[in-house]
Amino acid sequence: MSAPDLTRGTLGAWALAIRRDRKALVGASLLALFAVVAVLGPFFAGDPTALVGIPLQAPSAAHWLGTNGQGQDVLTQLIVGTRVSLALGFTVGILVVLIGALVGVTAGYFGGRVDGLLSVFSNVFLVLPGMPLAIVIAAYLPSGPFTVGLVLVVTGWAWNARVMRAQALALRRRDFVAAAIVAGESDFRILMAEILPNMMSVLVAQVIGSTVYAIGAQVGLEFLGLGDVSRVTWGTMLYWAQNDSALLTGSWWTFVPAGLCVALVGFALTLVNSGFDEITNPRLQLERFWRVHLIRRGQVPGRSTPVVREHA
Amino acid sequence: MRYLLKRLGFYLVAAWAAVTINFFLPRLMPGDPATALFARFKGKLAPEAIDALRATFGLTEGPLWSQYLTYLSHVLRGEMGVSIAYFPAPVSQVIGTALGWTLFLAGSAVVLSFAIGSLLGVAAAWWRRGWVDTWLPSALVFAGSLPYFWLAMAALYLFGFQLGWFPLGHAYADDSVPGWNLAFVVDVLRHAALPMLTIVIATLGGWLLSMRNTMISVLGSDYVNLARAKGLSPARVVLRYAARNALLPSVTSFGMALGFVLGGSLLTEIVFSYPGQGYLLVQAVRNQDYPLMQGIFLVITLAVLAANWMVDLVYLWLDARTRDSAS
Repeated sequence: MSAPDLTRGTLGAWALAIRRDRKALVGASLLALFAVVAVLGPFFAGDPTALVGIPLQAPSAAHWLGTNGQGQDVLTQLIVGTRVSLALGFTVGILVVLIGALVGVTAGYFGGRVDGLLSVFSNVFLVLPGMPLAIVIAAYLPSGPFTVGLVLVVTGWAWNARVMRAQALALRRRDFVAAAIVAGESDFRILMAEILPNMMSVLVAQVIGSTVYAIGAQVGLEFLGLGDVSRVTWGTMLYWAQNDSALLTGSWWTFVPAGLCVALVGFALTLVNSGFDEITNPRLQLERFWRVHLIRRGQVPGRSTPVVREHA
Repeated sequence: MRYLLKRLGFYLVAAWAAVTINFFLPRLMPGDPATALFARFKGKLAPEAIDALRATFGLTEGPLWSQYLTYLSHVLRGEMGVSIAYFPAPVSQVIGTALGWTLFLAGSAVVLSFAIGSLLGVAAAWWRRGWVDTWLPSALVFAGSLPYFWLAMAALYLFGFQLGWFPLGHAYADDSVPGWNLAFVVDVLRHAALPMLTIVIATLGGWLLSMRNTMISVLGSDYVNLARAKGLSPARVVLRYAARNALLPSVTSFGMALGFVLGGSLLTEIVFSYPGQGYLLVQAVRNQDYPLMQGIFLVITLAVLAANWMVDLVYLWLDARTRDSAS
């Protein structure tokens, strides 16, 4: 029974998670599908703003997902929108984690007054309600993907800073970091060569979590009309659906597909993350081992968790 | 007591930060903020009134620090300017009428979701690998990935528009008279049911998973084993010994979730034309009503901070360790 196999590296652990865990496999396959659509889709789908028929037509053989309030093809819009929505989501997800890691690791590593100041700073941002703040900032700036990305980064980094700080604090007490300090390594080198590489799996997990947040919040802001409403994304599709009173005309096909896509991407990312957790979390790993062990001996594992300690 | 005062100090810092952000935001706008802001009042207000309004925002000729002090003193007196969209009503009045609805909707939804989600989490941890543990978390995580407002749209379409079980929007019917009587309360609940349900469904998964995961480790701890060994009834062991302690991490994240849920419920309000802060906010965005927007941000922030402080009180009551070190 070994804890997470660090020699294999983060990528190895992910590959393992996807191979071993059914949930992770489903999630990864879904993500791959969306990635293909995002990269190749726009080349085949055609012009998403072209007027192809009467507005608000129900799904038919000609238009698989019907037409929207402007008489544009919903399926084409959905495919073309995938690229912008996902690209913005992942970019924000990565940026948010980078800033969070910078602030959090600095706070956790240096401790003392630096930690006090940075912690208050990130806790303040954590407690300020993000959505209203994002809306107010976005309303002042020219609308477009850049503004949406910016406000999401400003309102989203604090949670990551808190997680990273806890990680850095734990690593700071480990012997190899102490050894590096005694050896007279510079703070910068210790952070870059000793601490950050050991946080890789947490960083990747945080990027996934933050991307889920970024896609949801981005769609919300665009739904309010704070994105560039002339550009086709999942969020602006929902904005136009609401504006063209999709609900009151009963045209469900104008808002159901975009929302489902947002949910599927979020769900897939969550599945991959939890599969990864099963592989790298020693506790869950031990429990699984113990269960298999019992079942092999023809015994039924108890209802609640068996006490899993090293003796398993 | 010291713990509570420390927390109170932190919330004061947070409130100050929100006010400061509010002060600097218009000044970050490209071009001259005052001109852009007050161009919208031209023809609506007399020149003297515009000057008075400038003072409210601290947009005077003085240096930045004196502008800032002017702004702070106005905010402390609750003066947040005049709304453009609801001209000539002052922002504080416009917000005041809508605040109750938002607190009612988001507040009840958060409490309901927390209670139901945590109970389900206890059930999932106890009947580990049963159906509650296998299917419900996945289903709720999927529901949680749906944007709140989208879930609201789908629910409104299905239960409001197609089936006609619930009203299509607003907080109460046009023909009912607001008052503390049974008919009005029932009407309000009927209108709130669908928006509340969508928020609860979207947030249930998080509470369930957090409670389940903590419960699993707490159930393996020695004091729970001891309670079992003493022959206490399973219900007592689970609820009084394990769940009470497993609830602590959830309570900690409750405060943070408040802000998050409130953000989501703003969008839900828009879908249901529910007359709360969210609905106001979208009106403000559409009309570029900056005073109203900033006022809403400030009021929501203060509400969240106050709620967080109350969560701290509850935490103190639940966790004996903080209580001992505090006294």
